[in-house]
Amino acid sequence: MKQLLSFVRKEFHHILRDRTTMMILLLMPIIQIILFGFAITTEVKNTHVAVLAPTNDEATRRITDKINASAYFDVVAKIHNTDEILPVFRDAKAKLVIVFEDHFAEKLRRTGTAHIQLIADATDPNAATSFSFYANNIIMDYQKELMAQNTIPYQIRPEIKMLYNPQMIGAFNFVPGVLGMIMILICAMMTSISIVREKEKGTMEILLVSPMKPIYIILSKITPYFVLSCVNFATIMLLSVYVLKVPIAGSLLSLVAVSLLYIFVSLALGLLVSTLTDSQQAAMLISGMGLMIPVMLLSGMIFPIENMPVPLQWLSNLIPARWYIQAVKTIMIKGLGITAALKEIAVLSTMSLVLIGISLKKFKIRLE
Amino acid sequence: MSNTIPNNLNKVITAENLTKKFGHFTAVDNISFEVERGEIFGFLGANGAGKTTAMRMLCGLSIPTSGKGIVAGYDIGSQTEMVKKSIGYMSQKFSLYDDLKVWENIELFGGIYGMKDSEIKDKTDKLMKVLDFENERDKRVGSLPLGFKQKLAFSVSIFHSPQVVFLDEPTGGVDPITRRQFWELIYDATSRGITVFVTTHYMDEAEYCNRVSIMVDGKIEALDTPNNLKKQFNANSMDEVFQQLARKSTRKAD
Repeated sequence: MKQLLSFVRKEFHHILRDRTTMMILLLMPIIQIILFGFAITTEVKNTHVAVLAPTNDEATRRITDKINASAYFDVVAKIHNTDEILPVFRDAKAKLVIVFEDHFAEKLRRTGTAHIQLIADATDPNAATSFSFYANNIIMDYQKELMAQNTIPYQIRPEIKMLYNPQMIGAFNFVPGVLGMIMILICAMMTSISIVREKEKGTMEILLVSPMKPIYIILSKITPYFVLSCVNFATIMLLSVYVLKVPIAGSLLSLVAVSLLYIFVSLALGLLVSTLTDSQQAAMLISGMGLMIPVMLLSGMIFPIENMPVPLQWLSNLIPARWYIQAVKTIMIKGLGITAALKEIAVLSTMSLVLIGISLKKFKIRLE
Repeated sequence: MSNTIPNNLNKVITAENLTKKFGHFTAVDNISFEVERGEIFGFLGANGAGKTTAMRMLCGLSIPTSGKGIVAGYDIGSQTEMVKKSIGYMSQKFSLYDDLKVWENIELFGGIYGMKDSEIKDKTDKLMKVLDFENERDKRVGSLPLGFKQKLAFSVSIFHSPQVVFLDEPTGGVDPITRRQFWELIYDATSRGITVFVTTHYMDEAEYCNRVSIMVDGKIEALDTPNNLKKQFNANSMDEVFQQLARKSTRKAD
């Protein structure tokens, strides 16, 4: 036990004294959450809108105000004839131009029909679809108000309901993803690098000659990164709940339990990488190429797995992060109990057993 | 000192027909020798002669293909844990932790060898005085000059008072003055009953040893005191002895 304690203390010294690495490890989740949360977003927010209303009347003003008031849009320009529409797009002043027809309010009152044209910049088709959909909704809303005043008996109106994430907040999708990536990065990459560093520096030889049991070496290598992962887990949770307003819909306990299992899988992966390599660069490369990129691309964090070609879908089954992210979504976002994530838990447990088995077997007790 | 040790344990290292094969390559070929307690035993050989492999087997790092070895009274094949507790080891690579302070390194290895805190503290105080390291105690090892580091590494390797210490080319790259001081530390260790098993490339260092073995192509070609070897090979220095034997080598150095 004394052996283990001395060794764990040494590992903490290594990490605490390497300030740069430690800061990177602690700040990385914060930066990623902020980047994904605010910078890299597919959500429609503050889309610039130009309005062309040849007749400035009560109805056009009302609709323009409603659009401007919504969080999705900012009305940045009012233009006065159709020739100005193209320059607006060309100069990237706005992504959407709302064109009212002449005497809009008057026509609406007299004939019950008036036209609005929405012209969208569709260079980003997904965004264009979303924001024109939102704009359309706002206009429908206005129409509904009018109809209510005129007491028209019934109307048919499609209503779309977004389950689990009614506001379609992107954070609901990427918080589990970032969790999945950070954990694998810290546990797998850092653990493997720190073991390989000892091989590279020759200190591993000294440790192997000492009565220190290999399992103690492994345990003490794992402990600090385990603590670090827990800190990161807490950081991500706090940020997502208080800054991104993603609530933990399910039980925190189940979430922590699944996360611990995932940390275990990642640590086992790290051990495996360390047994396969002899230099820090190689360990970094394998963790980077072998873990980071597949996690980013194949885990469903960025690209939906259902949209992938079938062979890639099979491949994604091998990525632990895929199962973890799925489980986090089930528990944290959907708020279902741990029983709903039994499949993911079973897969992760099997993975961890297999990985630990292989890496313990391969961890070289003797330098041959 | 030697009279405090039981007679049956007077041989600290016994190697009998020790052999290590890697596939078809026989790195260590049937070597046998004994090392007495308190002795400085020089283990010489050109690069690739099999010194390091032999030493690793004796340290419990590598299992012999055949043959038997007893170190500090324990079998190297079946009692590796006990062997490891009874030996110290210093490798050719500098092997303390650069980012730990001097006293932290000592404390770490004391802890790994299961020493008590109070014992570690007392011995650290003494060691710092002996090495004249009191000003360096709180410095990180990475900031020390190489000579300091080597002396510290040796002191750490015998900090837990092992029966025998294995030194693998301990003075590589060290200036002559530090080498001298280093050998003074080795003599001091033997005066406390620690047996020293040392590999080296410096033939003047071979002269400091009580007995010397010279390995050529995995076999021990000569084993005696430096004086006897010089007589036997009709040479003026250990360097000449070594040259005569090493010339017989057919193995390419690595």
